[in-house]
Amino acid sequence: MGAQGIGARVPRVEDQRFLTGRGRYTDDINRPHQTYAWILRSPHAHARIRSIDTSAAKSAPGVVAVFTGADMEVGSLPCGWQVTSKDGTPMKEPPHPPLARDYVRHVGDQVAVVIAETKAQARDAAELIEVDYEVLPAAVSIQAALAPDAPKVHQDLPDNVCYDWELGDKAKTEEAFANARHVVKLDIVQNRLIPNAIEPRAAVGDYDSGTGKYTLYTTSQNPHVIRLLMGAFVLNIPENKLRVVAPDVGGGFGSKIYHYAEEAIVTWAAGKVNRPVKWTAERSESFVADAHGRDHVTHAELAIDADGKFLGLRVSTLANMGAYLSTFAPSIPTYLYGPLMAGVYATPAIYVEVKAVFTHTTPVDAYRGAGRPEATYLLERIVTKAAKQLGIDEVELRRKNMVQPDMFPYQTPVLLQYDVGDYPGTMDAAVKAADWYGFAQRRKESEARGKLRGIGMSTYVEACGLAPSAVVGQLGARAGLYESANVRVHPTGSVSVYTGLHSHGQGHETVLAQIVHEYLGVPIENVTVVHGDTDDGQFGMGTYGSRSAPVGTAALVKALEKVVNKAKKIAAHLMEASEADIELKDGNFVIAGTDKSLPFAQVALAAYVPHNYPITELEPGLEGQAFYDPMNFSYPNGCHICEVEVDPETGKVDVVAMTSVDDVGRVLNPLIVEGQTHGGLTQGIGQALLEQCVFDEDGQLVTGSFMDYCMPRADDVPSYNSSTMAVMGASNPLQVKGVGESGTIGATPAVINAVLDALAPLGVEDIQMPASPHRVWQAIQAAKTPMAAE
Amino acid sequence: MPTVSMTVNGKAVSAEVEERTLLVSFLRDSLGLTGTHVGCDTSQCGACVVHVNGDSVKSCTMLAVQAEGANVTTIEGLASGEELHPVQKAFREHHGLQCGFCTPGMVMSAVDLLQKKKSPSEAEIREWLEGNICRCTGYHNIVKAIQAAAGAM
Ligand code: FES
Ligand code: FES
Repeated sequence: MGAQGIGARVPRVEDQRFLTGRGRYTDDINRPHQTYAWILRSPHAHARIRSIDTSAAKSAPGVVAVFTGADMEVGSLPCGWQVTSKDGTPMKEPPHPPLARDYVRHVGDQVAVVIAETKAQARDAAELIEVDYEVLPAAVSIQAALAPDAPKVHQDLPDNVCYDWELGDKAKTEEAFANARHVVKLDIVQNRLIPNAIEPRAAVGDYDSGTGKYTLYTTSQNPHVIRLLMGAFVLNIPENKLRVVAPDVGGGFGSKIYHYAEEAIVTWAAGKVNRPVKWTAERSESFVADAHGRDHVTHAELAIDADGKFLGLRVSTLANMGAYLSTFAPSIPTYLYGPLMAGVYATPAIYVEVKAVFTHTTPVDAYRGAGRPEATYLLERIVTKAAKQLGIDEVELRRKNMVQPDMFPYQTPVLLQYDVGDYPGTMDAAVKAADWYGFAQRRKESEARGKLRGIGMSTYVEACGLAPSAVVGQLGARAGLYESANVRVHPTGSVSVYTGLHSHGQGHETVLAQIVHEYLGVPIENVTVVHGDTDDGQFGMGTYGSRSAPVGTAALVKALEKVVNKAKKIAAHLMEASEADIELKDGNFVIAGTDKSLPFAQVALAAYVPHNYPITELEPGLEGQAFYDPMNFSYPNGCHICEVEVDPETGKVDVVAMTSVDDVGRVLNPLIVEGQTHGGLTQGIGQALLEQCVFDEDGQLVTGSFMDYCMPRADDVPSYNSSTMAVMGASNPLQVKGVGESGTIGATPAVINAVLDALAPLGVEDIQMPASPHRVWQAIQAAKTPMAAE
Repeated sequence: MPTVSMTVNGKAVSAEVEERTLLVSFLRDSLGLTGTHVGCDTSQCGACVVHVNGDSVKSCTMLAVQAEGANVTTIEGLASGEELHPVQKAFREHHGLQCGFCTPGMVMSAVDLLQKKKSPSEAEIREWLEGNICRCTGYHNIVKAIQAAAGAM
């Protein structure tokens, strides 16, 4: 691997600018003659707009223009995934105008935009807009939206149901339950989360009337996708007249995948006022206007035979879509959820049904893990519950039911074909690393200090590396999910890599350079990775779903192979040898079996100064481009083990140890893999113990700031004991599986299993997330006085 | 509009600002020092931490006029020339940053901690960072970096 190649622990090249304040985020961008947009948002969850009077705002100091939905006649914000209901009907897809037309449907819905010389002026003027609202009752929770006389979120949609979907063999699953010795049942609520990347969203629209070209600078994980969605569906601007730039982006976690109204508003308005328009969200706006995550209510049952073998699983889920369909929302509780229900187990019969429901709340879409944490949480909770109910050691119950290493490729009953893994091996490694069987001693020590100690486990397998285009196309995706790369070798042998991926914390500028170094021997200092600008680079689908490593690097490898093949031909010519004898080793072309060598840079130079060159066979220049469409998903898997201490007096839960062993395939840079793992584990702990989005019954967001929404802070989490295993054989050139989401998938059930283990001696059998001190304390009190719990 | 004058990263600066201008806006918008970030509107996240007269301060909680005459250091002024501050170096070495957005505030906050306490324990570091939210790193490597920097200073 060398000091800089694949697998090396290379500090990141991007850090220099971030550590010295030279990062360039969207809000750092200012255009000449720029104006500022302030978006007036709905204070109501549901209201009819009778009229809007903007006259006072229009004549306020510094105001350039005020626009409402009536002015902005553009297309609807599109949805990228079509899900089909059980009865064969397509999902309901109500329009989503960037500025509300007749109705507002959640607190924070966009009503009007003021454009002024300064942000303060725009904000002051927005207060002068008079909106006459007819306030209507709101359907805030899933249950409220499904009630027979529920307020309608969309006027032509009587039952608020987006789709009613199913997956798996229902009859076979029913039969499994008929034959079961034991049935374990579980009801869970997947708490709604607010992603809260620390950089708030921002967008700057610019219009050049000389060329008719629009530019949008935006906080996006996928600028090419935004150009496609906004250009083709909302504003009707062809690609050649629309440039989308996503510069440094301060975290995404899914929330910056989607095409948001504000992007369309500033781009459109820049054309209208013929000046650049800048919008930056305040954090309070982020809370109501960034897509939220999770929010399911689920009932699940597991059928088990007399030997402890799983016979069948049936799952019934209600999923909250919020008021409108965000870009990928319909796919999250379906194709990223149902197919994960096999988990690491060889359960022969599985049936999942999911009803997606509109409510008067902020739209819900993918948040780190996206569907897979929801599935894993359910599965790993019910398996632990089964072990306790049946009195079987939970490690052994898992082992007995796992897909064994000799069963790959393994076809699950729910669409996926797992390529490779060693699930018992990963679990055993975690059991050892966490000293699972030494727990009793630690529990005693905690007890001596008056604390309840619990240990909990979770295993998982996830499908990531999104995704084989043909497969997702059949499942309703309206896009392909390949990736592309272009490797441009410059005359002196330095390299620019253009990628359709986008880095918003993952370190692509380092890792892709390491791969170039591995293949060409060029030092990473001489490799620049270019991403994030649709005018400067490579079309691609961006970064989410842990796809950069399995899909993006595969495209890069293919492009590099093209470069190497051509360079070998040139080298063979220059060295007067047969191409078959040429090898590229540590940056030099050598003739096998001789000591003749030629530096890579000289070959690059010859490609651009082709004086002595096989010009009849080869074009000058040295550049390789490739698209890669994966053959299968990749399947990272692992085992997470958590230990908690609970203070029985206050209900406070402390995570005292967290162990993770993840099979992420080949590790490209251990530093970055560890960082991804730690970050994911922390978000997983956040969901389990701290985070929850709460609306009141009128649809007002109660947890609308960092004072009310509990983000994990440094003193809420421990240092982690995390390690990786690499079971090779993933179906991509570097055999990488992806690591971006494993933490949020595995950690959450491990934490709650640990909390329940700690509380078990008191008779507590269940708890919903987040297991806040208040909830834990209540659970303890209820268990003490069983009647009070009724 | 009042004129404020202060020293920022060793240079005397002065500009006219509205009274309501926050120190962070003065740094970002008037001086173009965009290394200091804004991550919230409730003084919770710490992305905006700078040093005012040597102490770490959330620059979104202070008006520019309150910093009249003060000596302000931002992330841009932390390194001496090309030579990174030991805390900056340690963050790089230990991968204490991912997206980089919380990083300027984290680093400025950590520098102040190490000014006040030579070798803080892990618990003390975590407690000190209570006012700095990072969504990316899970804090593990930030803590490691600060411990390493303490050793190097
Ligand atoms: S911006 Fe100052 S604390 Fe968040
Ligand atoms: S590195 Fe992204 S928020 Fe801390």
